[in-house]
Amino acid sequence: MSNRSSLGSKLIAAPYIVWSVLFIVAPLIFVVYYSFTTADGSFTLANMQELGKYAPTFLRSIWFGIVATLICLVIAFPLAYFISQKTDKVQRTLVMLVMLPMWMSFLIRTYSWMALLQDTGIINGFLSKLGIDPVHMINTPGAVILGMVYNFLPYMIMPIYSVMAKLDYSMVEACQDLGGNRLTVVRRCIIPMSMPGVISGITMVFVPSVSTFYISQKLGGGSFDLIGDVIERQFQQSYNYNLGAAISLVLMVLILICMAVMNRFTEEEEGMVI
Amino acid sequence: MKENVIIDLKNISVKFGDNQVLKDLNLYIRDKEFITFLGPSGCGKTTTLRIIAGFIEPDEGEVIFEGKKINGVPPHKRQVNTIFQRYALFPHLNVYENVAFGLRIKKIPEKQIKETVEEMLALVNLKGFNKRNINSLSGGQQQRVAIARALAVKPRVLLLDEPLGALDLKLRKDMQVELKNIQQRLGITFIYVTHDQEEALSMSDTVVVMDSGVIQQIGTPLDIYNEPKNAFVADFIGESNILDGIMLDDCLVEFSGARFECLDKGFAKNEAIDVVVRPEDVDVVPVEKGMLKGEVTTVTFKGVHFEIIVDIGGFKWMIQTTDYHPEGSKIGLFIEPDAIHIMKKSEYSGIYGDYSSFSEEFDELSDPEEVEEE
Repeated sequence: MSNRSSLGSKLIAAPYIVWSVLFIVAPLIFVVYYSFTTADGSFTLANMQELGKYAPTFLRSIWFGIVATLICLVIAFPLAYFISQKTDKVQRTLVMLVMLPMWMSFLIRTYSWMALLQDTGIINGFLSKLGIDPVHMINTPGAVILGMVYNFLPYMIMPIYSVMAKLDYSMVEACQDLGGNRLTVVRRCIIPMSMPGVISGITMVFVPSVSTFYISQKLGGGSFDLIGDVIERQFQQSYNYNLGAAISLVLMVLILICMAVMNRFTEEEEGMVI
Repeated sequence: MKENVIIDLKNISVKFGDNQVLKDLNLYIRDKEFITFLGPSGCGKTTTLRIIAGFIEPDEGEVIFEGKKINGVPPHKRQVNTIFQRYALFPHLNVYENVAFGLRIKKIPEKQIKETVEEMLALVNLKGFNKRNINSLSGGQQQRVAIARALAVKPRVLLLDEPLGALDLKLRKDMQVELKNIQQRLGITFIYVTHDQEEALSMSDTVVVMDSGVIQQIGTPLDIYNEPKNAFVADFIGESNILDGIMLDDCLVEFSGARFECLDKGFAKNEAIDVVVRPEDVDVVPVEKGMLKGEVTTVTFKGVHFEIIVDIGGFKWMIQTTDYHPEGSKIGLFIEPDAIHIMKKSEYSGIYGDYSSFSEEFDELSDPEEVEEE
């Protein structure tokens, strides 16, 4: 009986296991393999030694990622709270509105921002009609971060919202009952209890922000190379798979370190509350 | 008569949509008393509690706390605290921090917080649980943390919303005793909501029996049990045989085709009334000596006594007796004058029939569930 059920569960899991071996584990092995080999397949550490010159790019990517993630958090948290306080029907509509941009292609959305932000774009056209001097927006760090925030915001809103929507309202009442005004309820009750959503939101925004390449090319005009752009060039233009794999590997490790530090930090913060 | 009143509810009405939850409710609560709102689910008892806590604003009527109207005062500014049905402890905080929660909001110095928390944890027998995670505690322990948390802020009134509903029977009985002790030791007012009549009778100074948003009776547990005001109260509090009767004269009543002496006076001659006879107040005697005669249809062994159903002229009586009478045997019933209680006819007359449909399962099924009102 137990044998059969475990066989059954194995069968059910089989497609996923095959999938992850083929498309997750195998590529990872290739990345590691390429990182430490030359083009003809012999072992080398040269790729790793070459990474030093990309240090500023790495730092810029992580810095932009942190800024974009923080901005997303600041926008998403109150918005998620606002949505979660509405009736079920309104909640469904608002969630759909949050998801709506994701129905359109990522590329088209980024192109639209180009059209909006350009020196002769829609926003500046509007400003000049009002008699205001045009503002240089595209090809600035701000434009790149705007693109990240715009594209990844739903990934921050959704996990926070889904935790908040499930919060036991009697906790809020208990907090009020014990003397908490509205601010206290948010600070001591809603924020700490939403932390699981906040953490997964941060992960889901930070990781793609750090490794993005398209946004920085289109909205940064190539003057703000991010690490994703470098990797893309190694594969698409230089055909240096080995260096590209090495950069990817280090990026992965750096992201893991960032996430670990953040998890540690939030745990400590909870520890401080305790 | 109204000395020491701490909370006074005047003409309270509440509607949720089309549903009239409370109808013109009037009630005053004395300081330091243990008062219980008792009734089936949907009777408005939890709503009344939440009005006192400030979570619901009544559509009409006044809530008065120590002579001051507190309608519109938010919950965090009221000197009352609540023990929630499912405790509502904060899962992100440990036991110590849960109890300290209200004190921290009040910005009380750390040293004093520590003293109060230790004192409260000792009060609820949870010494040494400070660092424990809330989710690692049993239901009974969580319950104690909830009590300590509410009492730590020194409320004038503690509101308890079916606090023992989730505990098993043995634990529930222990907690009943403990809650009563805590209430007497601290000398604060407890307002307790339950659908469990035994809980209400054993803990309270005053019981308020409610049904469909209306107070049916207010009184001491003894009054409520011995002198129920109508068929609803008689049926809800304990087992009762409720019969149609006619008051022939002062102290003389006719029911089940026989005349009985009783102690009740002041009814009109030949007034139709409801008669209550508690199952434990009936004596079983040999047929020839019985005031009423009937045949045993069901016998259930209950441990302390047998519960037997007796068919008397088509009406099934429930009788509790320590002697065994087999099914099918003919017995006589003897009822003393003080075992008969007369009630005026009410809207509930005739709803609570006899025990002909009685069975254990049926009783379980019709037991009020702990469904939240609203």
